[in-house]
Amino acid sequence: MRITRTVAGRSRRAAVLATTGLTASALLLTGCSSDSDSSDTGSDANGKITLTVADYGQFGYKEAGLFAKYHELNPNITVKEDVTADEKVYYPKLLQQLNSGSGLADVQGIEVGRIKEIVDTKANEFADLSKVINAGDWVSWKEKQATTPDGAVIGAGTDIGPMSLCYNADLFKKAGLPTDRAEVAAKVAGGWEDYLKLGEEYKKKAPAGTYFMDSASAMFNAVVSSNAQQYYDESGKPVYKDSPSVKQGWDLAAEAADKKLTQGLAQFSDPWAAALRKGTVATVACPAWMAGQISVNAGDANKGKWDITTAPGSTAANWGGSFLAVPKKGKNVDEATKLVKWLTAPEQQAAVFKAIGVFPSNKGAYELADVKDAKLPYFNDAPIGQIYADEAKSIPEAVLGPKDGVVKDTISTQINNMEQRGTSPDDAWKAATSAIDKAIG
Amino acid sequence: MATSTPTRDAFAPPPGGSQQKPASSRRQTWRSRLWRFDDKASPYAYIAPFFLVFGAFGLYPLLYTGWIALHRVELTGLDQMEWVGWDNFDKILHDSEFWTAVSNTFLIGVMSTVPQLLVALGLAHLLNYRLRASTFWRTVILTPYATSVASAALVFALVFRADGGLLNWVLQIVGFGDTNWANGHWTSKIAISVIVIWRWTGYNTLIYLAAMQAVPTDLYEAASLDGASRWQQFRKVTIPSLRPTILFTIVISTIGSMQLFGEPLLLEGGTLGATGGNENQYETLSVYLYNYGWNLGHLGPAAAVAWAMLALLLIIAAVNWLIGRFVRKSAV
Repeated sequence: MRITRTVAGRSRRAAVLATTGLTASALLLTGCSSDSDSSDTGSDANGKITLTVADYGQFGYKEAGLFAKYHELNPNITVKEDVTADEKVYYPKLLQQLNSGSGLADVQGIEVGRIKEIVDTKANEFADLSKVINAGDWVSWKEKQATTPDGAVIGAGTDIGPMSLCYNADLFKKAGLPTDRAEVAAKVAGGWEDYLKLGEEYKKKAPAGTYFMDSASAMFNAVVSSNAQQYYDESGKPVYKDSPSVKQGWDLAAEAADKKLTQGLAQFSDPWAAALRKGTVATVACPAWMAGQISVNAGDANKGKWDITTAPGSTAANWGGSFLAVPKKGKNVDEATKLVKWLTAPEQQAAVFKAIGVFPSNKGAYELADVKDAKLPYFNDAPIGQIYADEAKSIPEAVLGPKDGVVKDTISTQINNMEQRGTSPDDAWKAATSAIDKAIG
Repeated sequence: MATSTPTRDAFAPPPGGSQQKPASSRRQTWRSRLWRFDDKASPYAYIAPFFLVFGAFGLYPLLYTGWIALHRVELTGLDQMEWVGWDNFDKILHDSEFWTAVSNTFLIGVMSTVPQLLVALGLAHLLNYRLRASTFWRTVILTPYATSVASAALVFALVFRADGGLLNWVLQIVGFGDTNWANGHWTSKIAISVIVIWRWTGYNTLIYLAAMQAVPTDLYEAASLDGASRWQQFRKVTIPSLRPTILFTIVISTIGSMQLFGEPLLLEGGTLGATGGNENQYETLSVYLYNYGWNLGHLGPAAAVAWAMLALLLIIAAVNWLIGRFVRKSAV
């Protein structure tokens, strides 16, 4: 009995301690949760404001020195960039932040494969930019993609991805193919079928261990994106199973895999980067931003070996491109809107193009010398300004769907299986459709 | 091992220290009532923090997940829930990818748990000998456990890389061709198992070691007097004494392998990581859940997967219990 009492006596002190601890931690917890709603406006007593820009991959603002320049023009504003390397990591995080209403940056990047889903489901979370920017300044279809049915523009277009063909002229020479831009363009003028024929020609005398293309999925994307109808129809119904452009792209990819014209690499993966570095691929389907990817991954050792010419066929294509949006729950909506307007103005888009080669979506930029006369030294001084501006004029207005990004990724994975594992086109298509149905579900 | 009698006194209450002086009888009854209340209620106060925290961060999410599993909820619109009943369960049970994930989880679980526990047992046996700087060795053996999954998985991803990976480089010297580890059905599972084994062996070793040190030395002395070799002692004395501990580690490892997530996700990273490879060859249940919920944005089926995983764990636990009972009965 005595012992129990002692234990109980000790316990009381402990109980007091435990209760105090509990209360303290409860306070801490509530303290944490109420913190985010506090009146922190991101500006201090002197009116200094810090704006955050959350994006993914390479937007090129830092490379072009634009944030520093904005600070010079507006000394009370500092811009911080929060970059997530992989858009597939970035986007779910953005959705979560939109749902919880906390953790959002003042400016958020949105990829074109997601813009439809955002417009459909999250438009009221973003500031309407239609009064600040003039949507007519953009290439006709770009701003339409970010416009809601009732006319609100929720994202200002940054770049577009007009298609070209990047080729390793050094390997072309070794394989006995023409290396001149115009001659290569003439060889593939008939379209992507011609491109495969050129591939077979290449294969006959190809240097050992090299392949005509990096990945058939790139060709698939190029083919699909040269069509107005891609994975969805105008009413928002998924039609990818019967879409002629998907069928054409798929068949060409299957043919490329079957003829072993491709190295079968998943684009942007480590092995893909390594292949560029070692110079084992002769061609890459090349939306404007891809040129930057190639020069970064292939490195200085391959400078001057690469060149750029117009994409196969006569129809223009667009692959990729992003938007800048301003969440309503951000701390400085007005200042953020001004920043977005400035970043997407012609001069700034031209500066980004000059720095890393992503192509402006603002038409005004095409008249600027930085774009019009742009040549890429890495690619043997290819006149990319001219190539891409010509292409951009005739890009069809694509019908977007909410799950475009996932559909594209899923099909790419299965094309990769055909190339790498020799999966039959039928099996790969079955796997792709079941995975896509699940994604759209 | 020293006997513990001398230390026992240290925990005895100081003589007479807490005895109360007699007070008025009314005060005493009030006091004793308080005592009694304290006596009965205090233990609940001790354990309350756990249950409060568990209620808020364990039970509530568990039940809410169950609720979500019966609805159609999209990541893009969490406030819109539409009742669909068992549809989500129906959907995942008819999805071949789910069953691929189940079999992958079990295969990787077995491939990582069995060698891991055997090696841990052996290492613990070695560490149980008199060693110079034994604390050093014990600390070293625990270091892999202290590294984060992410960094371990990333380092091993470099080791297992097809192109320029450390392992392939070594294999090439020995004369084997290139193996695309992450791409193959078995090689990818081996790669993931290696990461798991590397991380958890030390942890299990220390658990075994602790249990081994609790085995009375007289048993070994008696065994060696009877002429038992080291190996015989290990088999006839150590293993039987460790049986409850071994069962414990098996349960813990089973739960661990059920939740296997970071290693497969990071082996290749990116889109391939989220789908467990291009043919789902190393997709575990957790990765399947992640992909469904966060990549595809369908939270309903993802929640259903979570409950399916719980059900699987309960089934495993039941089987475990039955086997345990059978073993105990047959041992008697």
